[in-house]
Amino acid sequence: MYVAVKGGEQAIEASLRLLDAERRGDPEVPELSLEQIKQQMTLAVDRVMSEGALFDRELAALAIKQARGDLIEAIFLLRAYRTTLPRLAVSAPLDTSRMTLKRRISAIFKDVPGGQVLGPTFDYSHRLLDFSLAELARDETPIEEELPPAEPLPDTMPRLVDILNQDGLIEQDFPDDTQRPVGDLTREPLPLPAGRDIRLQNLARGDEGFLLALGYSSQRGYGHVHPFAGEIRHGYVAVEIVPEELGFAVEIGEVDVTECHMVTQFTGSAEAPPQFTNGYGLTYGQGERKAMAMALVDRSLRAEELGEETTSPAQDQEFVLSHSDNVEASGFLQHLKLPHYVDFQSELALVRRLREEHDKARTKDRDQQDAAE
Amino acid sequence: MMADGTAETARPDSGYNFAYLDEQTKRMIRRAILKALAIPGHQVPFGSREMPLPYGWGTGGIQVTASVLGPDDRLKVIDQGADDTTNAVNIRRFFARTANVATTERTQEASLIQTRHRIPETQLQEGQILVYQVPIPEPLRWLEPRESETRKMHALSEYGIMHVRLYEDIAQWGRIANSYDYPVQVNGRYIARPSPIPKFDNPKMDMNPAIQLFGAGREKRIYAIPPYTKVKSLDFEDHPFDVETWDEPCALCSARNSYLDEIVTDDRGTRMFVCSDSDYCGQRRDAGHRGHQAPPAGLLGQTGGKENR
Repeated sequence: MYVAVKGGEQAIEASLRLLDAERRGDPEVPELSLEQIKQQMTLAVDRVMSEGALFDRELAALAIKQARGDLIEAIFLLRAYRTTLPRLAVSAPLDTSRMTLKRRISAIFKDVPGGQVLGPTFDYSHRLLDFSLAELARDETPIEEELPPAEPLPDTMPRLVDILNQDGLIEQDFPDDTQRPVGDLTREPLPLPAGRDIRLQNLARGDEGFLLALGYSSQRGYGHVHPFAGEIRHGYVAVEIVPEELGFAVEIGEVDVTECHMVTQFTGSAEAPPQFTNGYGLTYGQGERKAMAMALVDRSLRAEELGEETTSPAQDQEFVLSHSDNVEASGFLQHLKLPHYVDFQSELALVRRLREEHDKARTKDRDQQDAAE
Repeated sequence: MMADGTAETARPDSGYNFAYLDEQTKRMIRRAILKALAIPGHQVPFGSREMPLPYGWGTGGIQVTASVLGPDDRLKVIDQGADDTTNAVNIRRFFARTANVATTERTQEASLIQTRHRIPETQLQEGQILVYQVPIPEPLRWLEPRESETRKMHALSEYGIMHVRLYEDIAQWGRIANSYDYPVQVNGRYIARPSPIPKFDNPKMDMNPAIQLFGAGREKRIYAIPPYTKVKSLDFEDHPFDVETWDEPCALCSARNSYLDEIVTDDRGTRMFVCSDSDYCGQRRDAGHRGHQAPPAGLLGQTGGKENR
């Protein structure tokens, strides 16, 4: 009797109900609130906002909750929502030199105007499990009140690249073309070769793990660029738009971002003098690992423009840009779960036929050998 | 194709436009479709949107369907030839939810058919639209991974590499070892990828009265075959194109001319062969055709195509 291996609407509905139950877990345990996720899973929220390409902590927290903590799934949820939103305005470029900083470090000068500001970082933590965190409801005095009072940071802190710029030691960060509007990958398909605007958009949306591996590969010699962490800063920056009817910039809110400038020596070319070149990374929230990896890959992808030999994956635009998006990659990889039995049937028929011919040929060979002996 | 602006009737319980996409996006996709129809087989880049279904699961086909679907259309969705496979059910559910259109399982009653991996056995008619879900639109991709190169090769009709590849198969195995996604030449010009349908279905693309639209969402490409267009499966004079055949007929409806799925029925390797096109098989059984393993009438439940509103 023929039993179809096919699922119907009921199976899908039942599967969704099971998913709900798994997400909720033991109902005896209090349910996670979005506020808890926003407050205590901040770096997960930051990553989902960055790669989901939507600055909204509330929705990112909701996506994380709905996705049961699977961040790529949460990114997918946020992206699918984002695509339905109307575009009301294009903001003016963020002025990150006017940033309310929480953290700012430079690896290329001992001290810098404004100082090195460590801020909250895992960097100098000993990675020892803190068993005291396993217990809830410890002393609830806000930790910030226990800190010694710090001098307030100035409102503006010049960026390291701006300081180097004064001596012309580093290339200036100018758009390729101020007349042309900045490209948008979510509206137009990826052009190849892509301009730096599109490349940076692609990398900003790109998967942290993928960029980390590519950046790492460039450090290990696959397209070596010897980078220095010129500056990493994290803090709040104003978003401004210039409404047509007003003609001047109006602040519409602020976002917290991490910005990374990687500085790389460049020996110069026929046109350009020897100077330092720039790799740039930017993420929402505190995404230092991603921002640094992005800056390395951005610099690697500039190899062609700077007349360097392109030999490695991290320098290969088409390779990097086509494979960086984890929503695309995850969907396509997992589509292998869909039925493929029609194609498999035709493969099966072909392999059977090839095997028959193979057997026939072997029997013939053996007969000939026997005859020869 | 419906006129712009007639479809602003989102269901009250849904915050989305008719068929999910906003009208500007549909217009952009329709422009790409018209261009694709004007240059048969040529891949037209389009601003593919992020859909609420995963890439690789039919986002291209869904966007094409959403752009040409009108409230009076009757939609059929199949995967592997069957209307009741999970993914087909899910896509039909998506359009029932966002567009509230009538659906059907009967090929001849559908004005729009979205498919993955098959062309229905029932001959399509003028006025019908067949939308293919395409994972990789580029027929030269396995031979040349770079898009920048393959676009040049298409522009120059530089297809030698494909013929060499097919020849190498013949040299090695005595036949072309492509059983699905078998490359075709459309209207004597562009080589195109028929999405992974079995090569059994390739001849159905040729001079088909229906409009054939191909949507690749992740790769952001649309291509098309207008009605009554010549579609030739690549071959050689001494190795002409041929299709799969089976030694036995469909076990349920005894069809000898349809594509058969092999179904393993126990753990001792017993197999039966049945039509992959569930609507075709059901309609034949309703018409009284019986295969050697067909259950007594009525036991399989409703067999022929259903209509839903």
